[in-house]
Amino acid sequence: MLHDIFINPFVDMASAPDFFVQLIWEGFVAGTLYALIALGFVLIYKASGVFNFAQGIMVVFAALTMVGLHALGIPAWIALFLTLGVMAILAIGIERVVLRPLVGQHDAILLMATIGLTLFLKGVGETVFGGEPKSMITEELGLPTGVTDFDILGGLVSLQHLDIAAVVIASLMVIALAIFFSKTRIGRALRAVADDHNAALSVGISLNQIWAIVWFAAGVVALVTGIMWGARSDVSFALEIIAFKALAVLILGGFTSIPGAIVGGLIIGIGEKLAEVYWGGLVGGGVEAWFAYVLALIFLLFRPQGLFGEKIIERV
Amino acid sequence: MKLKSLILGVAATALASAGTLTAVQAEELYVPSLSYRTGPFAGGGIPFANGFADYLNMLNERDGGIGGIKIKVEECETGYNAQKGVECYEATKGKGALVYNPLSTGITLQLIPKAPVDKIPVLSMGYGLSAAGVGEKFPYTFTYPTGYWSQMSSILKYIDANGGLKGKKIGFIYLDAGYGREPIPLLEQLAPKLGFEWVGFPVAGKDMQNQGSQWLNVRKERPDWMIMWGWGAMNATAVKEAKKIRFPLDKFIGNWWSGAHADLDSVGDAGKGYLAANFSGIGMGFPALQDVKKHVVDAGKSQSDPDKVGDVLYNRGLFNAVIVAEAIAAAQKLTGKKNITGEDMRAGLEAFDLSDARLKELGLEGFTGAVKGSCKDHEGGGSVFIQQWNGNDWERVTDLIAPMTDIVGPLLEDAAAKYVSDKPDWKSQTCG
Repeated sequence: MLHDIFINPFVDMASAPDFFVQLIWEGFVAGTLYALIALGFVLIYKASGVFNFAQGIMVVFAALTMVGLHALGIPAWIALFLTLGVMAILAIGIERVVLRPLVGQHDAILLMATIGLTLFLKGVGETVFGGEPKSMITEELGLPTGVTDFDILGGLVSLQHLDIAAVVIASLMVIALAIFFSKTRIGRALRAVADDHNAALSVGISLNQIWAIVWFAAGVVALVTGIMWGARSDVSFALEIIAFKALAVLILGGFTSIPGAIVGGLIIGIGEKLAEVYWGGLVGGGVEAWFAYVLALIFLLFRPQGLFGEKIIERV
Repeated sequence: MKLKSLILGVAATALASAGTLTAVQAEELYVPSLSYRTGPFAGGGIPFANGFADYLNMLNERDGGIGGIKIKVEECETGYNAQKGVECYEATKGKGALVYNPLSTGITLQLIPKAPVDKIPVLSMGYGLSAAGVGEKFPYTFTYPTGYWSQMSSILKYIDANGGLKGKKIGFIYLDAGYGREPIPLLEQLAPKLGFEWVGFPVAGKDMQNQGSQWLNVRKERPDWMIMWGWGAMNATAVKEAKKIRFPLDKFIGNWWSGAHADLDSVGDAGKGYLAANFSGIGMGFPALQDVKKHVVDAGKSQSDPDKVGDVLYNRGLFNAVIVAEAIAAAQKLTGKKNITGEDMRAGLEAFDLSDARLKELGLEGFTGAVKGSCKDHEGGGSVFIQQWNGNDWERVTDLIAPMTDIVGPLLEDAAAKYVSDKPDWKSQTCG
């Protein structure tokens, strides 16, 4: 048993290095996509201190809207921009109808509001687009679909172009958001709102405007996430479930940290693949289903604020 | 006095109305449909529910129902959730339900103990519990036209006929739920008997669209064949991942819930060569389907997109309705009653006999193999055929492949005996 835990997996890694590299790449891609989902949560949390339960369904809703518009005969890129418009309207609507009446309410009430929003978007999505899975318009959007093979390390390492594109797009998005938060006036205002709503209001920052912008940014992240995940499988309501893995990513990285979301995503993406492939056999497989959550639980015990989160200080 | 008269009058009217209502209810054959048009498995649930409802509605339109009595199909949304399935059952059983079609092994497992108590049979058409095909132990549960274990044995026969089974490694990728785990006991028992090795790759429900690890493991294990027990979004993702690691798709066989148009349409050309088992016909080339089109779809009485009529899962739902309709007719014949009860329906299901001749009469010649039930056999011993995705559509590529009844039969008996062994109050039946 100890041999299977401490020796065999490393022997396997060393004896098939090409496979090991492939696994690390697959984990890296999955981790980047987890980080992308987690980013959507971080944005909302930073601005309002609310865990946005609706982020998963926003991913599905955005992707379905774009695919649905394309199905009506609208060219892919126009459908993409129209979807951005829909997400902007949604953000303004959420701010006006859901958030504005709840200013100053307890966080738990805002969380419940996002659960209500989830049910609303799910219902609207299923009514308008139906429950059947849809194909992502990968080629129409100009996303690459080929594969490049590398004969290295005594074997074959294959890189799907779509995976490379996912990593590049996610990285660009993260950089853009990081610059937005740290270098722009709106970004600084957003951080002020996150620190203290009332203090931000007292210095003339418009809470309503900030919230609408943040929800729109989360909508953009949701659309990109939906496109990338949808291209790898399908656009269906099952995508919503994947989003919950981002909860573990957030616990690892910290709810308020963009670098945390990235590092957390990569740790979970690569870690779960290593655990499943090299140690999964010891427990009958299926490690990937719980690895992220067990890791999150361990972090909650020893570092509840996550790797990069702000230290929790309660005044008593 | 006036008030008393008024109260009495209202009470009398209410009673009369209730009586009328009961009479109205009795004048219909009530068939609840536990469907799922929402949630992660809606892609499979929607076409199935449409095919099921459309066939029974076609009988209403074309024949005036069955035996002159109209059928009422009432859907209840389960979301493929066992708890909601039980809620649907409890909400509808009092309305004169004749039979339950759960379309979920998880829901079936919950309803199996309830069926004998409420005397309403469960038709778990082609899904678990496999052991429920043993009629003596499960008087109220039926798995026509065949069960998971039989299907697995037919798939293994196909593999054996295409390069041999002995000495081969079979990979089994499955939804990590009651449904997906169902054939594992059979694989464990058959592997040493038939001389193959098997390795399992469970996929959690929340990772249906995130199977990277499982397919890395497939690449590591290098199985000769892959068999899939998938459902919903899991199927398309698995085929795409198989393609990604360059697993030969003509050595990848899905079960009958992993080979629908809904699964492969989005995969398209990349899925070319992928195989799947099936027991219901593909396409519109059957007179019964044409009648459905004429009386229901073209008349605007269907919920289905007209282009989806004839798709694999639409036809599967339609076949489920055929079994229900034939069992109702058999029950009416047996009892001499037009209005039958759940208990009568159970008798009708046991007398179920869908011969080739009867299939021809129904306008379904060649749609499926003959199925015949009995008191002992609630599975029907049905066969499957193998279909292949050509990049655009499914094509049938084999004749019917009968299950290994000689091997599977005793294993089912053992499993059934084991299921009831710790249930002292379980009601079995004795068959002559």
